[in-house]
Amino acid sequence: MTTVAAEPDAPGLLTQARWAVSDTLTITKRNLLVWMRVPAYIVFTVIQPVIFVLMFRYVFGGAILVHVRGGYVNFLMPGIIAQTAAFATFGTAIALAQELKKGVIDRLRSMPMARSAVLTGRLVADTGRMTVTILIVLGVGYAVGFRFQNGVLPAIAMVLLAILFGLSICCIAAFTGLAIGDEESVQAFGLIWLFPITFLSSAFVPIATMPGWLQAFANNQPVTYVVDTMRALALGGPVEANLWKSLVWLAGIYVVFVPLAVRAYKRAA
Amino acid sequence: MSQIGSGPAILVEDLTKSFGEVHALRGIDLSVPRGTVLGVLGPNGAGKTTAVRILTTLLLPDGGRAVVEGHDVVHEASAVRRSIGLSGQSAAIQEELTGRENLEIIGRLYHLSRASTRVRATELLKQFDLTEAADRPAKGFSGGMHRRLDLAASLVGRPKVLFLDEPTTGLDPRSRLGMWDIIRSLVAGGTTLLLTTQYLDEADELADEIVVIDRGLVIAAGTSADLKSRVGGDVLEFTVPDRSRLADAAAAISKVADSEPHVDEETGVISVGVGGSGSEALIQAVRALDAAGVETRGLALRRPSLDDVFLALTGHAAEEEDQPGKRRRGRRRDADTAGRASS
Repeated sequence: MTTVAAEPDAPGLLTQARWAVSDTLTITKRNLLVWMRVPAYIVFTVIQPVIFVLMFRYVFGGAILVHVRGGYVNFLMPGIIAQTAAFATFGTAIALAQELKKGVIDRLRSMPMARSAVLTGRLVADTGRMTVTILIVLGVGYAVGFRFQNGVLPAIAMVLLAILFGLSICCIAAFTGLAIGDEESVQAFGLIWLFPITFLSSAFVPIATMPGWLQAFANNQPVTYVVDTMRALALGGPVEANLWKSLVWLAGIYVVFVPLAVRAYKRAA
Repeated sequence: MSQIGSGPAILVEDLTKSFGEVHALRGIDLSVPRGTVLGVLGPNGAGKTTAVRILTTLLLPDGGRAVVEGHDVVHEASAVRRSIGLSGQSAAIQEELTGRENLEIIGRLYHLSRASTRVRATELLKQFDLTEAADRPAKGFSGGMHRRLDLAASLVGRPKVLFLDEPTTGLDPRSRLGMWDIIRSLVAGGTTLLLTTQYLDEADELADEIVVIDRGLVIAAGTSADLKSRVGGDVLEFTVPDRSRLADAAAAISKVADSEPHVDEETGVISVGVGGSGSEALIQAVRALDAAGVETRGLALRRPSLDDVFLALTGHAAEEEDQPGKRRRGRRRDADTAGRASS
């Protein structure tokens, strides 16, 4: 039944690989175009972390005692950047749920394009968006007194780690968006766990000020590892131990959620 | 298996698909010769969309087999994808982008060169009367324009077989007629078309052959004329406001009718096939009802609907199993309301 004659015009492996790349770029371009067409998306992504920067810097900051050079704003910014990267993935989940509901994904899946491109194109575009958001928030941080204390390369490494972290959350978000498939539900509760997991970490306050039972959680969860690594990169201090723990966690997230997202895309009904 | 270039464009044998307890397809067979139009007629929940999704490689069947342009939809999915176009129930376009951008992205994903993508997009925008709106975001498009753009998108890759899942559902009557013209012109170009619809008149207008699906089974197949003859031509319909007189009205009307009248106790609507006798039957009906002393409202003659086909074929009205919240009878209700309002 599935005879040789059936696929005379089947493309070779090399062509397929080339198409996978070009399809990813096309989808990336499309997503960025949508994003630029609606500036409100950027504003919404940026406005929340900027409000947080200002609120924690000027309202809560005075009440939070930290022992880092430059005071609380220097302590705060790596945490805010990590949270910004994580929250930027709301857009990923919502966009995929929308596309699924509207039939855009059906159309793309019924076409002879690379099957991976919808997801990879989404991740590439959203990583770009995340990077821009992070840089804007960093700029606001600089305006309110934040300063890198540890040189240029560690500063760049901090931003890269934030992106790597955000991208891992992006994979969870992609899976969530495709699995739930409903924009409103995704928005309401799909990624709600990002709030506790970023707040119950070292992102905003020193963990030592939390009650003991909470410390146990906060000290051993990935956001703390990532934020502590970022903070050490930004301000100086021992990096290695937390970096390894962060990388192991992130690798774990990728290993679990990339296949889940791919499966959700293939099965999307 | 058949060679490419011979045999039907679409061949479906004993196709089954269940979602848990719901048996969406319970073994359907279809055969669509190249260059012809098959209308798949059925109410919501009949299994139409499930069939389309399997044929367009979006869903795996549980059993049976489906072949499109000589390629098995399960084992040669990518070859199938190269020969088909799909336009689903919701317009699958990116609202923020312009009509042209939408088509050009699809073109690039079909691996057309930049230049031919541009040419193809312009060509389709012109064909679908979207040239003027081409460079505006699709967000501002009307329902009809959305559908036209979506249909255009499904044609970018010049598919040999086109699947249209309820292409006019939700459109106003005028856009609907426009859509029909477009679909007719596509078919004239030799494209094989499988079209699902809830409207008998739509299948009648566009399809060479019609299959009627109910609860995952093909319950009738044939040309539009075949189906209509089974319904018994035109339908006479009226409402009896006094429910206690329904039986009298049915008895009176059965003398002038070709078939048993259908009485809807709930709404007080009586409908009956009157064959080709048309206005003659109308006059006789008025006399018979008058003689029986039954008061009626909105007495009118109309063309048979999906409901009438269902009544004739299954003895029950078309049921919407999956969307209980929606209007149960689609267009028929609209016709009723309009009739009552004017009477």
